[in-house]
Amino acid sequence: MRKIWWKILCIIIIFYVIVMGFMGPVPHLPILNETIRNTYFHVALWLAMTTLLLAAMIFSVKYLMSGKIQDDDVASELTKSAIFFGILGCMTGSAWANFSWGDPWPNDPKLNSAAVSLLIYLAYLLLRSSFEDEQRKARISAVYNIFAFAVFIPIIYILPRLTDSLHPGSGGNATFGSFDFDNNIRKVFYPAIIGYILMGMWLAELRIRIKVINRIREEELIVKNN
Amino acid sequence: MNEIKTLIWKEVTLEWRQKYALSGMLLYVVSTVFVCYLSFNLRRNQLTPIVWNTLFWIIILFTAVNAIAKSFSQERYGRLLYYYSLCSPQAIIISKIIYNSLIMLLLSCIGFGFYAFVMGNPVGDIGLYFICILLASIGFGSVLTLVAGIASKAENNATLMAVLSFPIILPMLLMTIKLAKNAIDGLDRSVSTDEIMTLLSIDAIVITLSYLLFPFLWRS
Repeated sequence: MRKIWWKILCIIIIFYVIVMGFMGPVPHLPILNETIRNTYFHVALWLAMTTLLLAAMIFSVKYLMSGKIQDDDVASELTKSAIFFGILGCMTGSAWANFSWGDPWPNDPKLNSAAVSLLIYLAYLLLRSSFEDEQRKARISAVYNIFAFAVFIPIIYILPRLTDSLHPGSGGNATFGSFDFDNNIRKVFYPAIIGYILMGMWLAELRIRIKVINRIREEELIVKNN
Repeated sequence: MNEIKTLIWKEVTLEWRQKYALSGMLLYVVSTVFVCYLSFNLRRNQLTPIVWNTLFWIIILFTAVNAIAKSFSQERYGRLLYYYSLCSPQAIIISKIIYNSLIMLLLSCIGFGFYAFVMGNPVGDIGLYFICILLASIGFGSVLTLVAGIASKAENNATLMAVLSFPIILPMLLMTIKLAKNAIDGLDRSVSTDEIMTLLSIDAIVITLSYLLFPFLWRS
């Protein structure tokens, strides 16, 4: 029963976000109207994804420092849940764009760089699958993961701001927090981020446990055969 | 510093002894340019400056991937081990980055000369265009060297090289194309300082990361 509290917290927060996200009061803005509720899903998913990728990068650094295979398991599984969130973030963003910009995939620098960053991390998965030896796989993919994160941050958060984008924070559009972020939104938005991060950790944790069990079973098999 | 100089010199002599690699890359650039020239031959008037520019950089991108992919795989495993026992990994990666950047500079200058020769030259500000080629060579050289190091450790080398490097190199390529567009239009140079700074900072990030990460890579 140890460490179960955060799973319960995660479920409670997610339900809170779903209920309050669809029913709670939101400011009425022109063009956005009710689609502003997508802030709780789309924006929060991207922030959760970035946090998970940051955590994955930290674990990759830890792996290179210590050489413990467990750190690499954590890094790779966190990255996988981050990719999952990234795909969800793309889909929710697409749904939002369809209603507020009139096109599911407008030619916007931020959208394109989101697609590129997903490609970078899918390439990470491909790289992982092309090695047989565990330690070698772990070391090389850790190197790539750090490199990928260092490219990911400029692609997503810096380069789109230099050009015109439909997203807030670029091309003369104001960032969040400056005009439309009233307290009603904050009350759901911040818990949403925490909830998604917890969910990502939960997903990663389950997969790590499967990995550990498989590794132990393999080792037992080897011992038995010898 | 001395170590790096020796290593670069070693790469140059190696290249000089087996000329087929460099001449192969030169022929690759020239024939690609010629294929593009012949393909556009029917509709020369549709070759707007934007198409001209994009085509050139795509040719350079593919040349870079092909030229640098071999920088780790061409040497035999035993010889690599020998280098690693002689000098520090930092010296190896820095020398490889410098050497690959020089190769890229050479290839893209010759490529540009031939491209401008057959396809016409709409560039307004040649000096800025060469700055752009220089920055792109350094950038492509440094990104692709580390990716080549990663890819050479895996089995399906060629696919992995393309898959790993294209998304990573994309922001750099877009910035370069934008800067080159400014050069073609002959805009005032103060307009382009933004792009130059961004390219320089991306280069700096990539080179620092390669310097820090390569020691972990070569051990395996």
